[in-house]
Amino acid sequence: MENHYEAIIIGAGPAGLTAGIYLSRARVKTLILNEGTVGGQMVLTHEIANYPGVESISGYQLAMIMKRQAESFGCTIKSNIIVKEIETKGRIKSVKLSDGKQFTADALIITTGGRSRTIGVPGEEKLKGRGISYCATCDGDFFTDKEIVVVGGGNSALEEAVSLTKYASKVTIVHQFDHFQALQHYVEEAKNNPKINFIMESTIAAFHGDEKLESVDIKNLKSGEIYNFKTDGTFVFIGYVPNTESLTDKIDLNKWGEIVVNPDMATSVEGVFAAGDSITKRYRQVTTAVGDGTIAALSASGYINELKKSK
Amino acid sequence: MLYTNLKHIESASEHAKILSENENVMVICGRMGPMCIPVYGIAEELESEYTHVKFFDMEFDNPESHVIRNLPEVRGFMGIPFTIYYKNGKVAKATSSIQSREQVTTILDKEFGAPKK
Repeated sequence: MENHYEAIIIGAGPAGLTAGIYLSRARVKTLILNEGTVGGQMVLTHEIANYPGVESISGYQLAMIMKRQAESFGCTIKSNIIVKEIETKGRIKSVKLSDGKQFTADALIITTGGRSRTIGVPGEEKLKGRGISYCATCDGDFFTDKEIVVVGGGNSALEEAVSLTKYASKVTIVHQFDHFQALQHYVEEAKNNPKINFIMESTIAAFHGDEKLESVDIKNLKSGEIYNFKTDGTFVFIGYVPNTESLTDKIDLNKWGEIVVNPDMATSVEGVFAAGDSITKRYRQVTTAVGDGTIAALSASGYINELKKSK
Repeated sequence: MLYTNLKHIESASEHAKILSENENVMVICGRMGPMCIPVYGIAEELESEYTHVKFFDMEFDNPESHVIRNLPEVRGFMGIPFTIYYKNGKVAKATSSIQSREQVTTILDKEFGAPKK
């Protein structure tokens, strides 16, 4: 029974850590399994200034406080593991890891969050960090006085394209549609910036370069024409995808792969709850993740108590 | 300032001393950003497992980090962190940008040997 917990939480972003805090404090034996670094997308934020009660804090620091808080109540956290299989059927749920370890629980809370979407074309993996970047604040200064491409048409893409003009001599935005999804003021700011050009209804078909990125193939989606475009760098901002691939056929997901939950954060499977960025919802903030995590923990706790009573 | 639990290298002389005194060294040179923090986290977790390797970080914007930024092995790198694996003071491997735990352990096992169980 060493590997049996009353609750297993998969994911240690703000939703998962909050659920861990609530459950452990309620003396529910809880394990958090986390594939990446503790904190999830929260650690990607340099400054959080809208978390109530905290005037200003880095995402990393807030994550470390939440982690300590969860552990102080007795929550076990295992991070940088790889989840191989999740079994949601039946009274006892199980999670298998890539190293062969298996954990079981009465209730599961899925808080696997999301990740930056990659383009998935030839050369992308090879040239990541060698001209292809997903973070303007991290890598922008490597492209001082260089000509770069920004891929995407949402708020992040246009906001970051404008911020990259502080460094780059020319920014070309490549976007798949004939219009932008970004808010109007981001669009106007980009259009009014003399360093920014636009290639619409187009996508990146391939990245080329040996030691570093030298050019990209751009495909015109209307004509099908593919042509080579010289560039020193490419920043990719094409949204996030929920980390729910391993849950296909296990619980109900919507067409975007987001977990369908009810207001109690219960999924389509009894004893399985979900919270945070991987669920169906409109607003993805640290505060909303924390709220979801709280509800999921309280719901899971209630479910576990009912199980105990029925034994 | 790097808010990690790794030991920090503050100067070029300290960097040289560490390399002269240790056979297997991993140095992550970055900022407190989204591409770097996951790599620090992985190193923090591997410290207790890979006892034959010394793990450090160094702030990318510290002028003293020229000892890493100017290495020939990082030519072409355009994404932080720059992660350098040193064997007997020489660069055995260098990577740019975010890495997964699997990518890091593959390099550690290849260059320094897997930890004894």
